[in-house]
Amino acid sequence: MSTETQQTPSELKRLPLQQKHIDAGARMMPFAGWNMPLQYEGIVAEHEAVRQRAGMFDVSHMGRVWVRGSGAAHQIRAVSTYDTSRIPLGGTHYSLYCNEDGGIEDDVFIFHVGDDRWFVVHNAGNAEPDAARLAAATDGTAEDVGRETVMLAVQGPEAVAAVSRVLGPAIDQLKPRTCTEIEYNGETLLLSRTGYTGEDGAEIVMTPATGAALWDAFVDAGVTPAGLGCRDTLRLEAALPLHGNDIWPETTPYQARIGWAVTLEDGAAFTGRDALESESATPPKRRLAHLKLLDRGVPRPGYSVRDHEDTEIGTLTSGAFSPTLRTGIAMGYLPREYTDIGTRLAIEVRGQRIPAEVVRRPFYRRQQPDQESA
Amino acid sequence: MEFPEELRYTPKDEWVRQQDGEADIGITDYAQDELSDIVFVDLPEPGASFAKGDAFGVIESVKAVSDLYMPVGGEVLARNERLAEEPELVNESPYGDGWLIRVRLADPTELDDLLNAADYQAQLSSD
Repeated sequence: MSTETQQTPSELKRLPLQQKHIDAGARMMPFAGWNMPLQYEGIVAEHEAVRQRAGMFDVSHMGRVWVRGSGAAHQIRAVSTYDTSRIPLGGTHYSLYCNEDGGIEDDVFIFHVGDDRWFVVHNAGNAEPDAARLAAATDGTAEDVGRETVMLAVQGPEAVAAVSRVLGPAIDQLKPRTCTEIEYNGETLLLSRTGYTGEDGAEIVMTPATGAALWDAFVDAGVTPAGLGCRDTLRLEAALPLHGNDIWPETTPYQARIGWAVTLEDGAAFTGRDALESESATPPKRRLAHLKLLDRGVPRPGYSVRDHEDTEIGTLTSGAFSPTLRTGIAMGYLPREYTDIGTRLAIEVRGQRIPAEVVRRPFYRRQQPDQESA
Repeated sequence: MEFPEELRYTPKDEWVRQQDGEADIGITDYAQDELSDIVFVDLPEPGASFAKGDAFGVIESVKAVSDLYMPVGGEVLARNERLAEEPELVNESPYGDGWLIRVRLADPTELDDLLNAADYQAQLSSD
């Protein structure tokens, strides 16, 4: 046995709720410059809590920026791929920051909170360049609130009921992927019916003091604290790409099969448009494939993917044991001719070839209420 | 955390339970807790022989892969076949149903180099 020791250098950024995590028994780890909770009770237990009941993530490490003013929608549109005019008031949408080559600098979530008031959430590892990008696009008026607010994600089939008990019925009235502002203890909170786990749920942005109070209130409402460990297995089961693993500045939206986050039809100019327009006309030679192992073994990022002649055709960008499916699942870029559903391949796991199959995404899809009775 | 008195330990968190020239080998309560959520255990077939310190298998948790090292040399007599379907037994019962392999000791004096429970625990707390 050899287990790596974890270090928490003092230069790591501290979550405002760090003490809550430590009190809840968190095992902390460095992630994107932050000291983050990896797990509390255990990754699988927390994963199952989110899939079957409700779990709560502190995602305050993510970048958060307000963009306000009559030009806000256009300013965001100039640096991102999705047409902001298609996001109605109270709507949200996934989008991308691309470079001039069409490569993905970050994937982001855009909230149309109010008239001329927009909120953008960035990955923690890209938070500083992303905030600078929005500052440049807005003549410095964009307001980075990442370090002065807390963001909690409550996720799972019982999440909305728990949020409703604590914050009132506003969440019940929100449709999936919409947002609103609510008054709570004299403070305005941003509340949305969004998340990154493949489950129903809510995300809430607020001051650290309110974040601490709500953390306790959600625990009292039966919500399980959940760490980054299960956040990764949950998002992989939902086939959601992770920037830095599955998408990066040398990959494009079409290769990553998230072309639905790119709007070309409106004719708007945005960074990377020319490259994306020419790529959209010709299917990419390599694209992200979703693989399920057909035998025991755990696929990990970097493992080799091989065809029937044992030729390496790609490497995994994400891979894990799926607690829900009880099997190994993975993603990786492969030549297009190997990405048809049902294609048999092999993944090299420590010298052994484990058979795998290209499967439809997502690996896991939650039951919709209208399907449960069918 | 439990560290039974009758076992011997390695600094790499394996335990050995010897009886009549044979020994069961597993990983400690500390090791299973560090790994958490064990999902796959790869163990050698009976008949294979390993020297002390050799990597004899692999244990995978949701978050990490770890090699397993022989605390003592010997020939594998049996492996815990239940772990193929129930790898979580290593978490639930690291010294009992979660044992890994049984070996015939190549040199019983190698046991003398191992740590007793108190020394193993002292080493853990000094990490």
